[in-house]
This record gives sequence, structure tokens and C-alpha cells, in this order.
Amino acid sequence: MTKLPRWADVVLVPLICLIIAFAFSAILIAAIGQSPAHAIWIMIDGSLGSTYGLGYTLYFATNFIFTGLAVSIAFQASLFNIGGEGQATLGGLGTALACLLIPWPHWSLALMASILASAAFGAAWALLPAWLQARRGSHIVITTMMFNFIAYALMNYVLVNILRPQGSMDPATARFPVTVNLPKLGDILGVVGIPFSSKNPANISFLIAIALAFAVWVLLWHTRLGYALRAFGKQEKAAIYAGIDPVRITIYALLLSGGISGLMAINAVQGAAHRLVLNSVEGAGFIGIAVALMGRNHPFGIVLASLLFGFLYQGGTQLALGTTIPREVITVLQALVILFTGALPYMVQRPLEALFARLARKEAA
Amino acid sequence: MAQATTGGRQATAAPLSPYAIELKGISKSFGPVRANRDINIAVPRGTIHGIIGENGAGKSTLMSILYGFYRADAGTILINGHETAIPDSQSAIRAGIGMVFQHFKLVQNFTVLENVILGAEDGALLNTSLARARKVLGELSREYDLDVDPDALVEDLSVGHQQRVEILKALYRQADILILDEPTGVLTPEEADHLFRILQGLKDQGKTVILITHKLREIMAVTDNVSVMRRGTMVGTVKTSQTSPEALAELMVGRKVLLEVEKKPAAPGRLVLDVRDLRVKDDAGVERLKGISLSIRAGEILGIAGVAGNGQSELLEALGGIADATGHVVMNGVELPLAGRRNNGQTRRAAGISHVPEDRQSLGLIMDFTAWENIGFGYHNAPEYQRNALLMNNAALRADTERKMATFDVRPPIPTLAAKSFSGGNQQKIVVAREIERNPDLLLVGQPTRGVDIGAIEFIHKQILGLRDAGKAILLVSVELDEIMGLADRILVMFDGRIMGERDPEKTNERELGLLMAGITETKGA
Amino acid sequence: MELASFLQILDSTVRLATPLLFACIAGLYSERSGVFDIGLEGKMLVAAFAAASASYATGNVWIGTAAGIGAALLFAAIHGLASITFRGNQLISGVAINFLASGLTVVLGSTWFKLGGQTPALTDGARFADITLPFARPATESLSGVGFVSGFYSHVISGHSILVYVALLLVPATWWLLYRTRFGLRLRAVGENPAAVDTAGVSVVALRYSAVAITGLLCGLAGAYMSMGLSAGFLREMTAGRGYIALAALIFAKWRPWYALAACMLFGLLDAVAIRFQNIDIGLLVIPVQFTQALPYILTVIILAGFVGKAIPPRAGGEPYVKER
Repeated sequence: MTKLPRWADVVLVPLICLIIAFAFSAILIAAIGQSPAHAIWIMIDGSLGSTYGLGYTLYFATNFIFTGLAVSIAFQASLFNIGGEGQATLGGLGTALACLLIPWPHWSLALMASILASAAFGAAWALLPAWLQARRGSHIVITTMMFNFIAYALMNYVLVNILRPQGSMDPATARFPVTVNLPKLGDILGVVGIPFSSKNPANISFLIAIALAFAVWVLLWHTRLGYALRAFGKQEKAAIYAGIDPVRITIYALLLSGGISGLMAINAVQGAAHRLVLNSVEGAGFIGIAVALMGRNHPFGIVLASLLFGFLYQGGTQLALGTTIPREVITVLQALVILFTGALPYMVQRPLEALFARLARKEAA
Repeated sequence: MAQATTGGRQATAAPLSPYAIELKGISKSFGPVRANRDINIAVPRGTIHGIIGENGAGKSTLMSILYGFYRADAGTILINGHETAIPDSQSAIRAGIGMVFQHFKLVQNFTVLENVILGAEDGALLNTSLARARKVLGELSREYDLDVDPDALVEDLSVGHQQRVEILKALYRQADILILDEPTGVLTPEEADHLFRILQGLKDQGKTVILITHKLREIMAVTDNVSVMRRGTMVGTVKTSQTSPEALAELMVGRKVLLEVEKKPAAPGRLVLDVRDLRVKDDAGVERLKGISLSIRAGEILGIAGVAGNGQSELLEALGGIADATGHVVMNGVELPLAGRRNNGQTRRAAGISHVPEDRQSLGLIMDFTAWENIGFGYHNAPEYQRNALLMNNAALRADTERKMATFDVRPPIPTLAAKSFSGGNQQKIVVAREIERNPDLLLVGQPTRGVDIGAIEFIHKQILGLRDAGKAILLVSVELDEIMGLADRILVMFDGRIMGERDPEKTNERELGLLMAGITETKGA
Repeated sequence: MELASFLQILDSTVRLATPLLFACIAGLYSERSGVFDIGLEGKMLVAAFAAASASYATGNVWIGTAAGIGAALLFAAIHGLASITFRGNQLISGVAINFLASGLTVVLGSTWFKLGGQTPALTDGARFADITLPFARPATESLSGVGFVSGFYSHVISGHSILVYVALLLVPATWWLLYRTRFGLRLRAVGENPAAVDTAGVSVVALRYSAVAITGLLCGLAGAYMSMGLSAGFLREMTAGRGYIALAALIFAKWRPWYALAACMLFGLLDAVAIRFQNIDIGLLVIPVQFTQALPYILTVIILAGFVGKAIPPRAGGEPYVKER
């Protein structure tokens, strides 16, 4: 049983998976009669070539950091929360209510309220699936999936029947007051003298997401709750021997996960759209799965993977604008990343293990 | 295995060879672990052949090779004198080999009949298969005293009956050679005796039986010949009638078994633990612990002897806060909660109870965690491992781990190594270090030396005795009688969820304890 | 409610339940063998696309059907590879397959047809024709003035495409296969305890692959019906969560074929009602259409919660099989 060195497992395996996913996507682009090299150039130029594009990249990445951390914290407890989409949708409702109901004098107060409200709404949407998993053994994957659909129906109802301003046909809320608009990343960087475009949606939420990633790392590896959560995720029976309450840990893990998913709304709803629309999450909840897998469930890896996916999303938009390649190429790439890192890791690991074993033998000889 | 024939049954006409099975030069490695080394064995037809050895001696690996689960790295298999390749279970079945695994391979929500025909159906439709199986099963049941209701769901059957289904499965496939892997581990003594009668019946019908076990008593009771394995090698085959349990034990362990541990007489002090009428039900609602009462004083070791599965695990789980129970448990004069939220491992540790669980790999350690994380396992809330109200002090935990690793001679002494990377003995030392160093008022210990090498056994025994001499109370559960006799100051024997009696280790012997473990109480002084 | 609209609702119930039934029974085979499949949605979607594309190109509905089945089988093979051969996470593999289908259909569709991801509308020979059963009135005939029995026969029983009847026949066929044949016995066993099957000398891998292949085949039919029966062409994301509803129906049915039929009909009815009526006024309160749409999911959560009869999945479901002693 030759095990991979840690660095290979952490860096090499995801990297190879990524290369394979890119290769398949390149084949697809070539198959539809386009040049993969040209496509990648447009993606790089459009997402990293200017601070305008970079701002979009960071904006998307911010969403993915939130949803990726949410998926990973549940993964650490061996729970697969695929309800990030619904939890973030409800988080949007929390943010919208916080921004619309109270006339905040300053954005910072609004942000505080919005953080609390979005996290609380997101966590609340995870509570019932969490309780059903912990107490009734209902499979969390199925219940959270069902809750995604229920969230969509609920949001549809709320927007159409309750929050839609009179006379509007759009299933969306009114615009938030300008006072609650969050500072743009460009403005913040301008203060410290770094020129950065403000004509993109990147905002202070990016910094909050980075801080949150650090906080999750501290939580998982430096607190009692994190310790209990990881122990429970590794060996449930052993955790019970140690006196870790399985019901409580399951519920805590999923509340944290749902709350972090909900936080995505401060970026997408308060920071960018300035109103709540029907599909405010736009699939970021699912991309969180890819990001968590790619980032090996570690906050640092998740930030890196989010930046990568932010690049892919912004790049994909540019593709659609600059070429006839549809932006859904990115969905394919995302699917392949999930497939190879999440479902087929052994396909990469086994040959690598064999390779390392051979190298070790050669060294010994 | 050059010109091997796959499967093919040769047992019908006059056989050429007197041996049902011959294994020649079988070797098998798993990575660096050499599970079987150049094994040679010949099993005469129509006999019951025992294979005995300690846990991890390679018995199960050898039988898995014979049943096509693993492929041997080297060596040949001869069935009835013919060289036979067994690349998969299908080939083993064709060669007339049937296997009863330690953990039954039955489909729980199928009927007995469905389980029996699975994989041995007569055609694409089930009707004919089921009808024939019903008839054959009736005949087999009568012939071998294997009474099972063919229409019962397996999940409704007792363990003993489930085992009979496994035997019927093999016989339905017309097995001539039946291998049983540790068949009595889960059986009550009555069920075990019934099993032995069945095996005798099979032998009388000309079948060959291989019995794998680590229990000397069974070997002596039913086998004709016995082969002894030690650390992956076959150390000898003898006629059972010409050997003794002592001689076999010596072969198994590889030296004179001297489990006499030097110990001072106990000096029991105040009452530490008092248990009254403790009862535990399993998930299916069956009572596994049927009213246990016992007490332990400071400075003594109370040993619980018994065949595995007679309630010892449930006793440890109830006392350790893992399982819910009813009754009364008073620790240092304070009644402990036995159910509900307050019944958990944390409140038990707070009450001064440490617990070395029976199964270190599934309970005692998180195998993927580092050694230092495991030293904090169960004590992760302890004040000395906290930096402040929010954060843990991982540095303190690491330093503590280094100290404990040195005291308990854990090798290699690397706190950042994952638990799974240590050997069984060193894993156990990590658990024992963690629990004993807490200096508990009461230590619960289950199977402290299971799968542990001899050197570590002695070390762990000394640690347990040291804790006793420091005036602590210890509850020791072990299926190894030698261990109980050597360590305990008083012995309680458990059978079927009850305590059969108490014995003084100085004034009892293995025979007396063995009878109690089998549920037989002798009328004394009659 | 007048008879005509009642019959119309029942008629669309049958039509809407058909893709659910195909997908639900598809999932039944896979999950009964111990392979969880949340990728039903993706397989349906890719099949719907392949079927409509091939049918548009050739003008032949059967070539379209074959292409749909082929595409779904290919996706099923990916799932099999991940779940069975490489012992990966079956849930994650399912998620990946759904995304793959979602992206691939649009990329290929908009490149081939330049219609933003949809196929051109299919003409008569390229889609399934409705079958009029003996003695039934043609489906095109007006509903006014018909009696219940004749109307029910002519419009609810008769007048559907061939795949509707295939789906209905699939239910007794699956029941028979599952409970009366050797294959069924082994299939049920491998989903409960693969070790029992393995030690009995039967290949776990082969059994699971055949189950996954049947799943692919049936998802192919579900997709073909979506784009060539229910609609006249492929639209992006046209399965619109039906794969998940089918999964919900499977849980609702506790992995049993006849119950699956009932569950799919119920969910089909809910869909038909939601399409026909927006908000339902029942006097005291108005049931919003969103509630009707969410009802299948809510019912599934209630079933999963175990308050109304516990849904126990096949015991070995989701676990890759690793040989051990």
C-alpha cells in the first residue's frame, strides 16, 4: 500500500484533474469548429487583461468562495449539502428584507444587518433538512435538493405576490436605496492608491469572503466545534464514543453551511444587483460543489479554486461576446472538473500511486 | 499454475488422492505485509480439520485464497489430487468448496429459500428453482439436523439459524468441502454445540470440514487433525488425539505461554462504582443486558469473562455513555444518567471514568487524525488543551502527545503521523496512554491486547496493574481467559446478558470458568 | 368543473406522467442494484437533445429514438465507470452528469442549429404520432357532448403516442422481471448485500453495469418522448427538473414498480393542474400555483421524514463494493 506523498495528493491530483477537464473542453471547442487557443486567449484577456475584467472575475469568485466554503464545511462532517442554491436564494430574501424594510443611514449598518439576515435565512432553510437528517435519518442529499425546488417556488410566490412593486411586471423587488450600496473594490483600492476599475460589481464582499475563509480555517482546525465536526465526519461511531453528540453536530454543521451559503447574497444582491430578482444565485450554489472538491475541502484551496472558477465564468462571458462559442462551454468544463475531482479521483490517484511506488523502488535500488 | 484446470468436479468416482485439499507453497503479500509464507497443508477427505492461530496469523487470508477471494502470489492448490486454479468464488463453488464466513453473506430482507438459490438458480425464471430448492432444503434439513423455515425472512432469524442458512447454501451447491471461519464467535454455547453436532454429521456423510478458530476448546472437541499457524507460516500439523491444549498454545504463540503477571495482592478501598440492575436493549429491541449488578472498589481489578457477544460490549457501552440503559449506576456516590442527552462520553469523563474501548480502530481512534489529535480525542474540551474561551491550544496538545509517546514507548514517536500509520500495538498504546494518563477513578478496559504483539501486551498489562496499585478501580473485559486470570482480583462470568457467578482467580481454574461461560452452573457442595 | 376540462386534465396527466414514469423506472433499476442516480435529469436532457437532433437530420423518429438512447447510454456508462469501476462518489458523479448534459446540449445545439440552443421544430414524420385505439374517436374531435366513458376512453386512454403505452407496459414488465426472474433476484440482492452475490459466485460488477445500462436505455426513451412526443423539438433545459421529480417519485414509491406508477400519475396530475389553472380558489383560501408546483417536492420531504410510512432505500445503495473477508 504505497500512499501518495501529501503534496502530490493535495496539489498534483487536482491539477491533473483540471488538465484533463481542460483537455476535454478544448476538444469540444475544436469539435465545434473553433480554435481552443484563441478561446483561451479571449478568456484570459477578458478576465485578467484589465482591472475591469479582473473585477468581474473577483465578483464571481466571491460568490464561489461563499458557496464553496458552505459545501466544504458540511463535507468535513461527511454531509453532502447540495442545497446551497436554495439556501443562497433564501439568503437573498434576508438581505432584501434587511435593505428594504429599514431606512439605513449608512451602508456599514445595512451591511451588518444584511450579514445577519442573509446568514439567518440561509441557515433557517437548512434547518429542517438538518433536523430530518439528524433525527429521522432522511438523506440530506435528497432533502436539500427538494428544498432547492421549494425555495424557487417560494421565492417566485414572494416576489410575484408580495415584494413586487405596484405596476412592475418583473418578478423582482424594488431597487434598494442608494445608501445601502456597498463600496466597490475599485473605490477601496483607490484609497490605498491602487488604480482599479469601479465599473464592475466587485465590492467589499470579496474582502469579507477572504476573512470568512480564514475564519472557517480557524473554526475547523483550532476550535472544539471544528474538532468535533471533523471527528464526526471521519468516524461517526468513534465520535459517539468520545461523547460528541451526533444530532447536535449534524445540525450545527448544516446550519453553518446554510448560513454561509446565505451570505452569498451580500455580494450578489446587496453588492451587485441592488435588488432581489428571481434567480439571484445563478447556479453558484452548485458551483460551490465543484469549488469544494477542487479545493480539497480546505479554505485556502477553496479560495484558489474560486478564483479559478471566477476566471472561467468571466472568461466564459467574454467568449460568448467575442466568439460564437456559447458560454455553456464553461458549464461543461465545470461538469468535467466535478467528475474528475469528485467522482473519479481514483482514476488519477491509482496511476500516480503506481508511478510514485516505482520511483521509490528505483531510489531504494 | 501452468496446466491448471478451472473448476471441474472430480469427487464423484473413486478418487485418486486421499486428500480433499492440498495446498503447496502458498504465499500471499499485501504490500509489505506477508500474510502467508510458503504454506503447505494436506487435508484428508472425510475429516474435520482445524486451523488454529492467533488473530492476524494468516488463517483467514489462506481460506480466502482457497475460496477465490484473493489470488495467491505463489503456490498450487490441489482439490482431490487435481491441480485447480481458483481465480474467483465461482470456480471455488464448482470445485466443491463451500464457505461459511465469520460475517454472514446473506441478504437480510430475502427469505431463506431466496438466499439459498441466489447464484445457483436453475434457469432464468424463479418458479422452478424455488420449487426444487424447497424440496432439496427439506431433505438436507432432515439429513443434517439443520432445521430452518424456508419461508422465513433472514432478518427475523437468530444468529445461529442464519449460520445454518449459510451451511445450507453451501450444501445446496453440493459442496464436498466446507470451510467455517470462526463460526462460534457469535454463537451461544448451546448453538455452538448444535453446530458441532452438524459438523459431525457432515463428516459422517463423507464431507470434509475445515474449522478455522483461535479457540483451543473447539479444536480439542471436534477436530481430527489440527494445523497451527503463526505469523503467516504453518508451524505444524498434528493429530488432535495426540496433542494437548498446552502444546497447541505453545505452538500458536511460539514460546511457553507464561501469562502469570507479577502482581501484589490487591488492597481494595472505598466503593467507586456501584451498578444495580443494568439493562440494555439493542436496536431491534432485544434485551442484551438482562439486569447486571456489580460493584468495584478502589485499588482492584474486576474481570469480566465470557464468550464474545454475551453482553460484555453492551456493559462497556452503557457504562461508557455510548448506549442507553436502564437501572442505576452510582459513581463516587453520584448517580449517573443512563439515557437522554446527559448520557454521553463527555459526562462520563467528567465523572472520572476513562474508557479503552474494545475496538480501537472503529471507536478508540480517528484513523485519519494525527497522533496528537487522537491524544485529545474525547478530551478535546479539557481546559489544559484550550488557549482561551474560543480557541484550542494545539501546541499544548502536541507537547502532551510527545510526553505520552515517550512514557508509553510509542513507536515511531512522531505526533504528526496519522493513527492509521501506526502498528496495532502502537495504536493501542496511544489509546491506553490517553486514557490511563487521565488518572481516572475508574478505568473501563475492553480487550486491551487484541491484535497486539507480545511485547506490547506485557507493557499494557503492567500499566493496568500500575493504575490499580495507584488506588484506582478497573473493569476489565476480555475474551482471553489467561488475561482475566492473570490480571483480575475478582472474576465475574457473563453469559447471555447475565452474570453467572463470581470467582476468585486464585481458587478457580479454566475448566470451572469455561463451564460458567457456557451457561452451566454446577451445584456446589451437593 | 365541466367534464371536458376534467378529461383534458386527465389527458395531460397521462402525457406529463410518461417521461416521469420512464425516468422513475430507470432510476429504480439503478438504485435497486445499489447505484444511486441523481443524474436522471442529465441523461433525459441529453437524450431529448440527441433524439430531436437526429430526428431533425433524418426526418425519422426511430433514428431519433435510437440516438436518444445512445446518448443516454453513453452518459450511463460514465456514471457506471465512476460508481462501479472507480468506486467514486455516486452522488457527485450524478451532479457532474447533470451539468455535463446541461452544458453540452446548449453548446452543440447552438453550434449546429444556430437557434440559441434549441432544435428547429420537428415536422410530422420526425415526431411520434398519436395512436387512435379501436372504437375511439380521433383525439382531434371536439370534446363537447361526449359521455364520460366514451370520452375517457377516447381522450385519456386512446390518442397517445406509442411511448406512452410502452411506459405503461414497463410497470408490469419491471415487476415481473424484479420478482419472478433470476436477473431480478440477483438485482435486488446486489442492492441489498453485494457480498452475498459475490460469494455466491455472481459478478457484482456485471450486475450493476447491466442495471445502469437499463437505466440509460429508459432515460433515453424518457428524453425521446420529451422532445419528440410531448414537444416538437428540443428546447434548452427542457426537462426542467423532471429527473428530480422522477427521483422524488421513486422515493415516494419506495423503489417499487406499481407504486412508481401511482406516484408518477400523482405528480403528473399536479403538473397538469398547475399548467391549466394558475391559482386555485377553494373558497376559504387561494392556493397559489407555486404551491402546486412545489407539492411533489414537499410530499417527498414528508415521505423522507418517515412520518407517513418510512422509505427505506436499498441497503447497499451509494456504497461502492469492495471485496473483503
